[in-house]
Amino acid sequence: MEYFLQQLINGLTLGSIYGLIAIGYTMVYGIIGMINFAHGDIFMIGSFIALTVFLLLTSVLGFAFLPVVLLIVIIVAMLFTAMWGWSVERIAYRPLRGSFRLAPLITAIGMSIVLQNFVQITQGARVKPLPPQIQGGITLMQGSTENGTIVVQLSYMQIIIILTTIVLMTGFTLLISRTSLGRAQRACEQDRKMASLLGVDVDRTISLTFVMGAALASVAGVMFLLLYGVIDFYIGFLAGVKAFTAAVLGGIGSLPGAMLGGLLIGLIEVFWSGYFTVEYKDVAAFSILAIVLIFLPSGLLGKPEVEKV
Amino acid sequence: MAADNSAVPASDINPVGAQIEREQRAAATPPAAHNTFDWKTAARNAAIAAFIAGVLGFFFLGMRTDIAPGGLVITYRWLVLLFAVALVFLGRLLLETFIFNAAPALARVIAGLLFIAAIGFMMAYDVPGTRQLNRLLVGVGLGAAIVAVLYLVAAYSRRAPAAKRKTVTGPPTWASRAPGIVLFLIAAGLPFIITTLFPGQQRQYIDLAILIMTYVMLGWGLNIVVGLAGLLDLGYVAFYAVGAYSFALLSTHFEFMGFWMALPLAGILAAFWGIILGFPVLRLRGDYLAIVTLAFGEIIRVVLLNWYDFTGGPNGISGIPKPTFLGMDFTRGEDGVAAFLGIEYSTIHRFIYLYYIIFILAIITNLVTMRLRKLPVGRAWEALREDEIACRSLGINTTNTKLTAFAIGAMFGGFAGSFFATRQGFISPESFSFLESAIILAIVVLGGLGSQLGVVAASVVMIGGIEMLRNVGFVNNIFPGFDPVQYRMLIFGFAMVAIMVWKPRGLVTTRDPSAVLKERKKIGADMVAQGEGH
Repeated sequence: MEYFLQQLINGLTLGSIYGLIAIGYTMVYGIIGMINFAHGDIFMIGSFIALTVFLLLTSVLGFAFLPVVLLIVIIVAMLFTAMWGWSVERIAYRPLRGSFRLAPLITAIGMSIVLQNFVQITQGARVKPLPPQIQGGITLMQGSTENGTIVVQLSYMQIIIILTTIVLMTGFTLLISRTSLGRAQRACEQDRKMASLLGVDVDRTISLTFVMGAALASVAGVMFLLLYGVIDFYIGFLAGVKAFTAAVLGGIGSLPGAMLGGLLIGLIEVFWSGYFTVEYKDVAAFSILAIVLIFLPSGLLGKPEVEKV
Repeated sequence: MAADNSAVPASDINPVGAQIEREQRAAATPPAAHNTFDWKTAARNAAIAAFIAGVLGFFFLGMRTDIAPGGLVITYRWLVLLFAVALVFLGRLLLETFIFNAAPALARVIAGLLFIAAIGFMMAYDVPGTRQLNRLLVGVGLGAAIVAVLYLVAAYSRRAPAAKRKTVTGPPTWASRAPGIVLFLIAAGLPFIITTLFPGQQRQYIDLAILIMTYVMLGWGLNIVVGLAGLLDLGYVAFYAVGAYSFALLSTHFEFMGFWMALPLAGILAAFWGIILGFPVLRLRGDYLAIVTLAFGEIIRVVLLNWYDFTGGPNGISGIPKPTFLGMDFTRGEDGVAAFLGIEYSTIHRFIYLYYIIFILAIITNLVTMRLRKLPVGRAWEALREDEIACRSLGINTTNTKLTAFAIGAMFGGFAGSFFATRQGFISPESFSFLESAIILAIVVLGGLGSQLGVVAASVVMIGGIEMLRNVGFVNNIFPGFDPVQYRMLIFGFAMVAIMVWKPRGLVTTRDPSAVLKERKKIGADMVAQGEGH
């Protein structure tokens, strides 16, 4: 029971990170119907920016008060990563707007290769370790088994991750449902041509979608950096594939679906590693995806597609 | 492309056609080609681009984190950032004058000279003594080459609309087949051309030819799935891996099993896996299919990596036998091929032989595809690609049709995989990463979906071009410590983006259905949104 609870907490933490990345995928898919393959690498870019800013603040400028440092890191990472997201869209996707469906997919894969190798060349191929910054936690429960005592612990880091995710998700949901930008976005999602006839600047809306997706991914990058303490230029691929899996699992195009999918993928992965084998945790996540899609082709919360003739 | 000179514009017939026609019109006449050029706007755009480059590069070019005793340290490289920003500014200016606007010649000359001078300065900056002049010259040469390429592109796109207006109708004539036949003849004689022209580097070039041919074959195999049947498969490398491991395991476990016996088995096994993987997922469509195939590709790689007893895990399998010629090995001894044929032994024979194996395998793939296209199943694939609902309404069993495409594509992937295993003599899961799938898919799409010649063109450009970077050793004499190999994937990625933006429909675009009822439609198939899978 204690072991289960601990795994549940770990799974929710990991799932939050996947969920934050998955939102970028699901929004872009909803609005222009393409898989933004470079999104996982945007997440990686975010975590590299966060690492550099963190080092600048702590070891160069000598700030020591961690909450302020973290806040600045998150804000700077969001701003700069958003710029990356915008540029990727501007360079690789906008010229292909209205082209056939595979064209932006290929440029997205190309962009993903470019980003990975750019970071590898400029920052080196070796992993960057960052010693744990936030230690300690709250002991929730203490139980004893035949092997000794098991402590269920909710670390401060996990609290920060889950709280940040909740705050961002709330803010984001409000942004989509209450502001004119959100309205424009939902309009573009339903019918781009009609939206442009009604005066919505479609290109600007799509750009902002990429900007928001990148900003959320960069927060995920910060969290990943703080949670695992090790990043390299390749982390974007697997995280990206998992997050896309999460988006599809939740029903692509649906924002709560992306979050739910992210949590589920995180839980599956953690429970599989906890109870079965660590090596096959990716296999488990992908198999669940295949099974869900076979029985529920539009995902958990997605609307079934209507076939138009 | 398919725009013909009929009186009815395509836009009146089909909204999708209208969209694509608009796209073509936009591509044919670069929208800003008639824009008047003024320095103020151009400089402002260039400044914006430079600012964005500065922001993007700030944490990546300007700083670098490195592991040092006592934790990570930051090193600053402001000069690199400054150079990059200046380069982007001048590069954008160059694009403004050459591509985006019809700028007067004076503006072009000024922008070009500025760009060349800047590259020369950056190259020669901070170089001691005698090397400085060398570097300056190289920089100026490089800059001039870039400007020349831009000039050619600008000139090409200005006269492009007239050249594009040709329609392909009627059965293929000898003239339309000529490029294919010429390419075939060149490829058939390639090892001999190489050994005559480059006797010093024959092994290296034949190796490159083998590599390119392998990708051509993989591209043709995937073309069946993506180009003909319109199913987006992001996990093609799974079948390549199944083929390679089947051959490796069969040949290392059974003594009697040579390349020629294992080859068909590997292909059959790969096809079998294609059916097993394809069966549950083929009711999915479009991007769902893409992500599930990607997931399967990853699953197979993870299993290969972790099933230590069976596959050797990350260590892979080594000691895979080389292919034999009528049961003879390519050795120096009495029973070798050279002695049998009565020619002098040379190590190059084995490579020439390998080249011909993959050449023949690729040609078989091509022939089978071309013939299948004319059979009912091939026509069903093309119909499926164009409209799945119409297919089902006409009573075509879409599941079986998709499965055959998947299985046949997988089979050729398996053949290519076992060839890969025998060529390398060693395989490990590392060779079957997602990147490989992405490269194969990129070759198919960049070449032009469904086009056989396009696959060849894209393989030569992408694989050949990238591998050539390995051979530019002279760069190291000019720039000590500069390793172009490091940049090859970066350049590969940029090339993918650039080719796609420049020619969204691929290098060679012919995608007419093989079967036509009475007469060809006013709107060619390549004007309809393609690869939709529904």
